Amino acid sequence: MSDNNMIQEQAIQEHSHSHVHRDDIASKMGMWLFLFTEILLFGGLFLLYLAYRFQYSQEFFTSAKNLNIVLGTINTIFLLTSSLTMALSIAALQRGNKKLSIAFIISTLGFALGFMIIKYFEWTAKFAHGIIPGGETLTSRPHGEVIFYGMYFSMTGLHAIHVIVGAVLILFMLRFVIKGKLNKDNYQRLENAGLYWHLVDLIWIFLFPLFYLLH
Amino acid sequence: MSSNEHTNHQISYGTYVIVWLTLIGLTVLTVAIAGVNFGGIALILAMAIAAIKSTFVISYFMHIKYDQKIFLVFIITALGSLAAIFFLTTFDVFFR
Repeated sequence: MSDNNMIQEQAIQEHSHSHVHRDDIASKMGMWLFLFTEILLFGGLFLLYLAYRFQYSQEFFTSAKNLNIVLGTINTIFLLTSSLTMALSIAALQRGNKKLSIAFIISTLGFALGFMIIKYFEWTAKFAHGIIPGGETLTSRPHGEVIFYGMYFSMTGLHAIHVIVGAVLILFMLRFVIKGKLNKDNYQRLENAGLYWHLVDLIWIFLFPLFYLLH
Repeated sequence: MSSNEHTNHQISYGTYVIVWLTLIGLTVLTVAIAGVNFGGIALILAMAIAAIKSTFVISYFMHIKYDQKIFLVFIITALGSLAAIFFLTTFDVFFR
């Protein structure tokens, strides 16, 4: 082995020692693989919905009329806008604009909170009318309506849990960005949290017309 | 040496805002046509609009348009599997 090779090897070693090993593409790939399991989880529920919808189409139409389209639309706009601010926060961080990135992350959290507050009012309004999973008023209704509300509460409920988890993740990212752990050269974790958040948005894009817009 | 460089494609703020406006527009459209009686194709129409919205979210917000092609292959495989499950189950449910 020539001296030249030795020196090159040493240079490579020193170079790699000066970096903490980080593989952003693998990190993103792992995130996507996780997202596919989420898609399958919700996919199964959508499949169940599809089968029941054809079996009890009349009851599904009647029950869907009781859902508030205005609140559903506002929530859709909230989630879409939060997706925008999430994407913008990454764009800002990539450009090294920390303050702007933080402002966008905080607005994302604001829209997530808005979504949950509306969800709270929607659910409590349903509860006030006795529509509670397993409640007497609900179970005395036709079987198809019981199934509609069962699917409504389980699917939007599971989705709401995802909103909360996403918001907690984003809260951690906010902390990392403020502390400078995530920055212009290291933003993959923020992007992964963003991917999760966009998935939550994607699922809502399908939930909204399936539950609110039946006529 | 950093693999970071590959993921470093920057998308302009303006592009994101245009995508967002498109998504809001499609939401208004889907709410508006829900009041019209399309009968049997109402569900298909609503799902078609949802699919278009998803394509925008995945391509731009989730950066798939600018990422390495392998991510697109992943997504097509995953969604293709899901579509196959839906297709086969639908046949089972309707022709039982």
